[in-house]
Amino acid sequence: MTLTESAEPATPAPEPRLGRSFWLALSPLCYLAIGAAMIVYTQVTGLDSLERNSLGLGFIVRRTWEHVELVFFSTLLVLAIALPLGVALTRRGLRRATPAVLAVVNLGQATPAVGLVVLLALVFRIGFWIAVAALVAYSLLPALRNTMVGLQQVDPHLVDAGRGIGMSAAGVLFKVELPMAVPVILSGVRTTLVLNVGTASIAAFIGAGGLGDLITAGVSTQRNLVLVTGCVLIAVLALLLDWLGGVAQRYLSPKGLS
Amino acid sequence: MPEAANHMSGGKGVPIELRGVTKVFPGTGEPAVLDLDLTIEAGETVVLLGPSGCGKTTTMRMINRLTEPTSGDILIGGRNSRDIDPDRLRRGIGYVIQQAGLFPHMTVAGNIAQVPRLLGWDSRRVSERVDELLALVGLEPATFRDRYPRKLSGGQQQRVGVARALAADPPVLLMDEPFGALDPINRARLQDELLRLQEELAKTIVFVTHDVDEALKIGDRIAIMQRGSRIVQYASPAEILAHPADDYVEQYLGGGSSMRLLSLTRVGDIELDQVPHATEDTDAGDLRAQAEADGRGYALVLDRLRRPRRWVTTKALAGADGTAGEVEGEPAGVLIGGRTTLQEALEALLNTDNDVVPVVGRRQVYAGAVSLGTVQQAIQTIKSRERDRRRRQHGDGGE
Repeated sequence: MTLTESAEPATPAPEPRLGRSFWLALSPLCYLAIGAAMIVYTQVTGLDSLERNSLGLGFIVRRTWEHVELVFFSTLLVLAIALPLGVALTRRGLRRATPAVLAVVNLGQATPAVGLVVLLALVFRIGFWIAVAALVAYSLLPALRNTMVGLQQVDPHLVDAGRGIGMSAAGVLFKVELPMAVPVILSGVRTTLVLNVGTASIAAFIGAGGLGDLITAGVSTQRNLVLVTGCVLIAVLALLLDWLGGVAQRYLSPKGLS
Repeated sequence: MPEAANHMSGGKGVPIELRGVTKVFPGTGEPAVLDLDLTIEAGETVVLLGPSGCGKTTTMRMINRLTEPTSGDILIGGRNSRDIDPDRLRRGIGYVIQQAGLFPHMTVAGNIAQVPRLLGWDSRRVSERVDELLALVGLEPATFRDRYPRKLSGGQQQRVGVARALAADPPVLLMDEPFGALDPINRARLQDELLRLQEELAKTIVFVTHDVDEALKIGDRIAIMQRGSRIVQYASPAEILAHPADDYVEQYLGGGSSMRLLSLTRVGDIELDQVPHATEDTDAGDLRAQAEADGRGYALVLDRLRRPRRWVTTKALAGADGTAGEVEGEPAGVLIGGRTTLQEALEALLNTDNDVVPVVGRRQVYAGAVSLGTVQQAIQTIKSRERDRRRRQHGDGGE
C-alpha cells in the first residue's frame, strides 16, 4: 500500500473478505512498529543539545498530536464543504454552476501549498486555523470531484425507478444515490486524508506546529537525524490514515454492489 | 391528503383517461406528444405499440407525472392527476421498467418493501407482504428474500420488479418495455405469468413495447402509434389483425396476420365441426346410419363417460351387429382442449393421419372436432365479423 496507489480516485476494487482480519491488522502493525522503532532509536542514541531540543519524547508526541489535529480538522472541514457542494452541483438546477465552482476549487489545488499558507498568514495572521484553512483549500478538489463523480455514475434508470415508485427527490438522494456513491466518495476522502498528512508539514512555516517542525528544525540546524525522524513519522502517519480509510471504505460501502 | 392515498390504493383497476395531452420538451421544436386522447377501461391491459421515438414512453410517463404534460388532462379513476401530489400519485401506480431497475444495494425484500414503507406500513405487515408477493411472482420467499439483485438472473430480477410494482396493491400498473432485455424463452414465460396475474388481479395496465407479437399476446387493446404520437388504430388484437386501419399499421404488423390470428384464437371460441359419434353401448347399426347420413365414412366411438375412444369406419360398422363398443377401429389419437389456440390445433391436424381432431371439454368429454375446413372457416368468420363491426362504427361516427 503506497501513497500513489491510494491517491488514485479509483473505482471500488473488490476488497478481500473480512475473514482475513489478521492480514487486515498486519500492515498497520508494521507501520506502528516502524514509527516506534524510529522513536526508540532517537531516545537511546547519543544526542547533542540541538538534537535533544527537537527529539525529546514529549516534543515528538506533542508535534505528532498537532499534526493529527491539523489533518483531522482540515479533513472534517473538507467533508463539510465537499459533500453538500457535490450534492448541490449534481442537482438539476445547479448543474450549470459546476464549471465555475470547479475552476475556483482547482485554483486552490493548483496554487503551491507553501505559497498559499504563507499568503494566508500574511493576509490574516499566523496560527493553527489559518493552516487548516490552507489545507482545506488545497485538498478540497479530490473529495469534491469524487462526490460528484460518485453521484453522477449512479445509473439514471435507478433514479427514475426511485421517483417512479413514489420516492421524493430527497428520498432518492439519501436511499439510492448517496449509498451507491459511497465507495467513490470514500476513496476521495481517503485521498484528501493522505494529501493533508503530507501538506500539513508546511504548517510549521506559520507556527502552527505539527511534525513539519522537525523537518524545518532538521534543515536549519543541519541535523539529519531530526529531519529523517520527521519524515518517517509523517510517512507512517500517512500510511496509517490511508489504511484507516481503506477499512472505512470496506465497512461503509453498501453490500450487494459487487 | 390521506383520501388521495386511499383512493389510489387497493385492488382492482380504475379507468384512465387522457384528454388532449400534449408534451413539448424544452429546446425541441416538434412536440413529443400532440393533443392525444386515449381512454383506458378499468381492468384492461392496453399496449402502446410503435417504433422508438413515437412518444409511447413519454405518453406513459405522463400518466404518473414522471414527465409533466405541457397541456391537457389525465384522469385516473375520475380524478385529475394534476390535483394529486406527484410522489403520492406514484405510490398508487405500479411502475416496471426495462431490466427491472432494482436497487443493487438493497436486498430483494428491501426493494419490494420500498413503497409499503413509504406508505407507513408497520414492519410486520411489510414483511408479510414481501413474502406474499414473492410467492405470487413465482420466487420462493425463503430463498430469495435476502439475496441481492446482482445475484439474480434477468428473469428473476424482472419478477422482483413486478413484485415491487404490485407491493402496495395499486389499481394501475405502468410497464415500460419490461421484458425487452430478456431472452425469448424467459420473455414468453414472463408474458404468460403476467397474463395469469392479470386474470387474478384485474389491474389497469399500460404496457409499452415495440414488439408486435408481445403486444398481440398481452393486450386487451392495442394503441398503434406513429411518429408524432398519433394513434393510428386503437382496437383489440383480433380487429387490428383482421382489419389494419391503414398501410402503416399493415406494414408495422409485418404481414402474416392470418397466422397471427390463429395464435390469438382459441378452439373454445370458434364453431366446432361435429362428427358422427356414439357411446360404446349404442347399437352399431344406429351409428352406421348416422355415419352414412353424414357421408364421411367414419364415426367416433365414445366410452361411457363420453370420452373419445376410437375411430371406426362405416365398412367396419356394416359388418357388426352388436354394440358400437365391439367394433374394431383406430385409437382416437391426439385430443385437444378448448384453451388450445387454433395454431396448436392446426399443428395437431398436420401431425395426425386423420382429417379431424376431436375436441374435448371438461373431464375429457367430447365437445366436437376440428378440421382444416373448421380453421379456415373460423378465420373467415373473425375477419368478416371485424369488418362488420368497423363498418358499423364508421357508420355511427360518419354521418
